Amino acid sequence: MKVVVALKRVIDYNVKIRVKTDGTGVETANVKMSMNPFDEIALEEAVRLKEAGIVSEVIAVTLGTQACQDVLRTALAVGADRVVLIETDVELQPLAVATCLKAFVQKEQPRLVLLGKQAIDDDANQTGQMLAALLGWAQATNAFKLEIAGDHATVTREIDGGLETLEASLPVIVTADLRLNTPRYATLPNIMKAKKKTIESLLPADLGVDPSPRLKTLLVSDPPVRKPGIVVNSVTELVEKLRNEARVI
Amino acid sequence: MTTLVIAEHSNLTLRASTLNTIAAALQLGEPVSVLVAGYGADMAAQEASLVVGVHQVLHADAPHYAEQLAEEMAVLIQKLATDFTTLIAPATVFGRNLLPRVAALLDIAPITDILAIESNDTFVRPIYAGNALAKVQTLETKKVLSVRPTSFEATAAQGGNASVVKIEACAAVRLSQFKSRDLASSDRPELAGARVVISGGRGLQSGENFQMLEALADKLGAAIGASRAAVDAGYVPNDYQVGQTGKIVAPELYIAVGISGAVQHLAGMKDSKVIVAINKDPDAPIFQVADYGLVADLFQAIPELTAAL
Repeated sequence: MKVVVALKRVIDYNVKIRVKTDGTGVETANVKMSMNPFDEIALEEAVRLKEAGIVSEVIAVTLGTQACQDVLRTALAVGADRVVLIETDVELQPLAVATCLKAFVQKEQPRLVLLGKQAIDDDANQTGQMLAALLGWAQATNAFKLEIAGDHATVTREIDGGLETLEASLPVIVTADLRLNTPRYATLPNIMKAKKKTIESLLPADLGVDPSPRLKTLLVSDPPVRKPGIVVNSVTELVEKLRNEARVI
Repeated sequence: MTTLVIAEHSNLTLRASTLNTIAAALQLGEPVSVLVAGYGADMAAQEASLVVGVHQVLHADAPHYAEQLAEEMAVLIQKLATDFTTLIAPATVFGRNLLPRVAALLDIAPITDILAIESNDTFVRPIYAGNALAKVQTLETKKVLSVRPTSFEATAAQGGNASVVKIEACAAVRLSQFKSRDLASSDRPELAGARVVISGGRGLQSGENFQMLEALADKLGAAIGASRAAVDAGYVPNDYQVGQTGKIVAPELYIAVGISGAVQHLAGMKDSKVIVAINKDPDAPIFQVADYGLVADLFQAIPELTAAL
């Protein structure tokens, strides 16, 4: 069976972001970009399923400009069989992404779609659930453990206060949480090989989708700054401050 | 022009997040209905009817709503949506799982994890782990929203007198089945709603050393949390994690013990009212957000603090 993994190119998680002075967004010029960490986990899971003989083909897909080719090269280097760029330069919001992915999934007919649970840029945590709705498939978000046996997926999810296990018939959408696996690093020979492979390309129009944004971002600003605190010199002083100044104990 | 709050509950009681969500819904200024969909959820529905500000409670009861699976709930809410202009849920694991599914069925772009309501169509939400705030306007015909519970003070649980209206369940879709749930049992308050939270990091050095925090937590009636580093090191279970990808907390008092303060951790706790940091490294970033910093060896400071309370 085929699996589709959806990837997003985001500002690298180690970068300290800067809000643009005109309030239109976050500075991305000359900033290191990487694959969204949760998507790396989703991709790793797909590659492991292939190595286990459960999956026959791993197809990685992303949406965005030509610049997104770098995450697709990374995907090839860690084991994706085919990679596809749905090319557009419009601002992509989750519903548009889910709508494009729906059309892509209908074209490719996978039995499983893996995504990261959220992207670390917009922190929306929406795309997987929306894709499941649009396809009318089962969804298992925040996956901690995924097992596929025959036509069934058993997914243990991270929920508030513990874990929950669901079972669903394929096809299913699974979104990866932090502890589903630890992604591998691409090796240098595989990175070199990936450079020679083909990146397939599609336009949203080829999929019959208009990806225009539906929400308007009016302003992006810095969060309020906490007023500077003080350093106390002893536990006794700390207790005194918490009692008499902060009045929280 | 009416608002539907999707209640998070355990069939027996409402989760605290529901009261925060109702508070946010009331800010929109329209009559607020609450949906309690569950199985044997009469008590939760009754409880919702007493919440101040609630106009009516819609109660759907069927075996396939017992675990509030997103696939089942979304179909019901899609049907109800014709009568409402705004749908609103808590941005907890429950709401995050469900709300986008509802939104996609309705072909509406949702706004999730709202921190503040600016106007009827404009909302503030965090991006980049709260390192920036985006003011977002929706031009959709309906609003599908989730709100961060810690950003809205809970409405009073008692004092209201709404009617409870039984509504018909939709046919079960049975796309997925619930198998089991493994919840950590604890006498401590729930992490997300606790008045005091004590979190430990890598500095604790082992799972056993978290017992030191237990003794302190007993004194303060606190919940215990952890940084990702402590969870990754196996000191405590996953659901202890506070941060961008874990729990978001905003207690009256947050005590960070042996936590360096990665931005991903700060994202989960920096809205706490009072932050105390105890760390032996004076350059640890956690001190930049702390109201009270104590540069000390936690293995001495924590027992001393526990004894002093």
